[in-house]
Amino acid sequence: MGFHHTLGGERHQFDDLKKLLAAASSQRSGDELAGLAASSDGQRMAARYALADLPLTTFLNTDLVPYEEDEVTRLIVDTHDKQAFAPISHLTVGGFRDWLLSHETDTATLAAVAPGITPEMAAAVSKIMRNQDLMSVARKIRVITKFRNTIGLEGCLATRLQPNHPTDDLKGIAASTLDGLLYGIGDAVIGINPATDSVANGLALLDMLDHARQRYDIPTQTCVLTHVTNTIEIINRGGAVDLVFQSIAGTQKANEGFGVTLGILREAHEAAQALKRGTVGDNLMYFETGQGAALSADAHHGIDQQTVETRAYAVARAFRPLLVNTVVGFIGPEYLYDGKQIIRAGLEDHFCAKLLGVPMGCDACYTNHAEADQDDMDNLMVLLATAGISFLIAVPGADDIMLNYQSLAFHDILTLRDLLKLKPAPEFAAWLEQTGLYDAVRDRMLPLSPAQTRLGQMIA
Amino acid sequence: MAHDKTPVQKPDRLSVDPWNDLRSLTRARIGLGRSGNAQRSTDVLAFQAAHAQARDAVHAPLDVDAMKAELQGEPCLLVHSRAVDRPTYLRRPDMGRRLSPESLAGLEKGTWDAVFVAADGLSSVAAAEGAVPLYHAMKERLKDWSIAPLVIAEQARVAIGDEIAAAMGASMVVMMIGERPGLSVANSMGVYLTYAPRVGCPDSARNCLSNIHPHGLRTAVAADKLAWLMREARQRKLTGVDLKDDAPESSILDNASPALDKDTQA
Repeated sequence: MGFHHTLGGERHQFDDLKKLLAAASSQRSGDELAGLAASSDGQRMAARYALADLPLTTFLNTDLVPYEEDEVTRLIVDTHDKQAFAPISHLTVGGFRDWLLSHETDTATLAAVAPGITPEMAAAVSKIMRNQDLMSVARKIRVITKFRNTIGLEGCLATRLQPNHPTDDLKGIAASTLDGLLYGIGDAVIGINPATDSVANGLALLDMLDHARQRYDIPTQTCVLTHVTNTIEIINRGGAVDLVFQSIAGTQKANEGFGVTLGILREAHEAAQALKRGTVGDNLMYFETGQGAALSADAHHGIDQQTVETRAYAVARAFRPLLVNTVVGFIGPEYLYDGKQIIRAGLEDHFCAKLLGVPMGCDACYTNHAEADQDDMDNLMVLLATAGISFLIAVPGADDIMLNYQSLAFHDILTLRDLLKLKPAPEFAAWLEQTGLYDAVRDRMLPLSPAQTRLGQMIA
Repeated sequence: MAHDKTPVQKPDRLSVDPWNDLRSLTRARIGLGRSGNAQRSTDVLAFQAAHAQARDAVHAPLDVDAMKAELQGEPCLLVHSRAVDRPTYLRRPDMGRRLSPESLAGLEKGTWDAVFVAADGLSSVAAAEGAVPLYHAMKERLKDWSIAPLVIAEQARVAIGDEIAAAMGASMVVMMIGERPGLSVANSMGVYLTYAPRVGCPDSARNCLSNIHPHGLRTAVAADKLAWLMREARQRKLTGVDLKDDAPESSILDNASPALDKDTQA
């Protein structure tokens, strides 16, 4: 079936839903690389008009990837909650945007409707929303998850402490971890990307992190971001697995490129659940996603990168994750070329995930071959935190010396929490105060050196 | 402030930065100190300077003349990808993987055991500094091999080596290519070895040595590892995941992994 719209006397034709969604996307290099982008600004606007008129039910009747050949499509179709969808079933995409923004649509309404929203509906409405719309609606949504602390509460901003090291040196990682804790970082997770992705290495890193966490009684969770099959093996060998990590994408083929299926994720989820390590809750999956992942695996099925990205959130929500984050600027300028595209994508990813009920965080980041710098990250972090992002990633001095890209610095989180009056997760905030790292009177982290706190023994 | 009588504080044992010892454990930017919540001026400028150098490494054109001078009259060939300039190269990895029609027409078919390609990739500085020394080190180690003249490739990604090798009739290709610069290292080179290369070769069919630069994997060590891989590849007629999986447990291949990462310059 085709779609069309006449703009300024010119009739624009779109052959199918995939082409319409792609043409309606704001400009980004990945869609141009895939040959899916609008050919002109006029065509882009015609696509948005046509999209705005589309009933939401269209997305229930049209599979972008055939049901028979894609388990992500089957997951989306089979788990769609028709009752939850009922209150919005009469709306068009344009009407859905207005409904989302209305004052009557509050936090409770959005939570109730989430199981009735498919990824493609979320992607569609986001394409006709401005950045401020993406922020306003996301801010109304609360997705609260728990393991050893509570993430996603109003007025809170959690952080992942990322102490990576190019040779996985345990002391080097401990030094970066100590540095981060002194800035109040690490309530979402203390999570290492290992340089060597092996079971033995994962066990050693987890053991070190778990000892540090227990020694100082830190109410947080630790994670080595190794392949899910390694994590299953680590669990079998008695490793200290709090969270199960995996990169995921929006099609079965792209997930196969990551070496995962829904079945493998299910197996890992059950294995980690059996350990019962959570104290205040049992959300324990940690997923990373990012626009461009499906295209780079040649597994996008002709779908634009923002729409196929949202399908990854359907995979995520099936496993009640503790944490999900988009790695927005990491995949490279062939997908998101500059600061403008990275910022837009970060806001889209956060909005769409939250709309589906997924606890979205972000690695606000860029590589050195992208047209972006730390000023762009300043903008993105303030916009995301204003929109109620669940957590952000921070590394020492914003420089990840293992993955060779730039994220946020620990300092940036102090600035952000101060600017917007945001607190760490409550359990973690209480620990910071009890441990003497936080000045509750002046409401700020104390500038301590390693010798001035017992945490300094972490390195000894 | 010119008349401020406050004596300048001299550094003494007590004011020695307590993070100094910890900095020997990692090159991460730890213990930076704070001005309020923000980083201090010196640290902000140091970060921006490192970023500027990394960007310059990405955008600087490959210094072909310097490489030719280093070859001291040895024959070499200059080719260009289908990406006409840097912005196109960065946006269109597909174009960086294929030779321009003129470059393809200029390559003559021969019979070679191996061809070495020096490519700018994402750090022309890395290739300009590291490629010719490694090429020379390999010719020393592979004296009984027939090795094609060095090919210098501009605006190139890893897979362009497949087309070059196929056109020249080489049994395997060694791509020496500038890696994506980080803030701490802007001149790191990666090497990708592919047996029986052809256009459309999957990345899983390659073996990779990365992090080759003066403060990382040294040229001589990289050359030893690469020579082992090349001899194995010739004997077993393959490269990639299967070659790595069967490698000895010793440290000889601890830095060799199949090229599967999506965030490389491949």
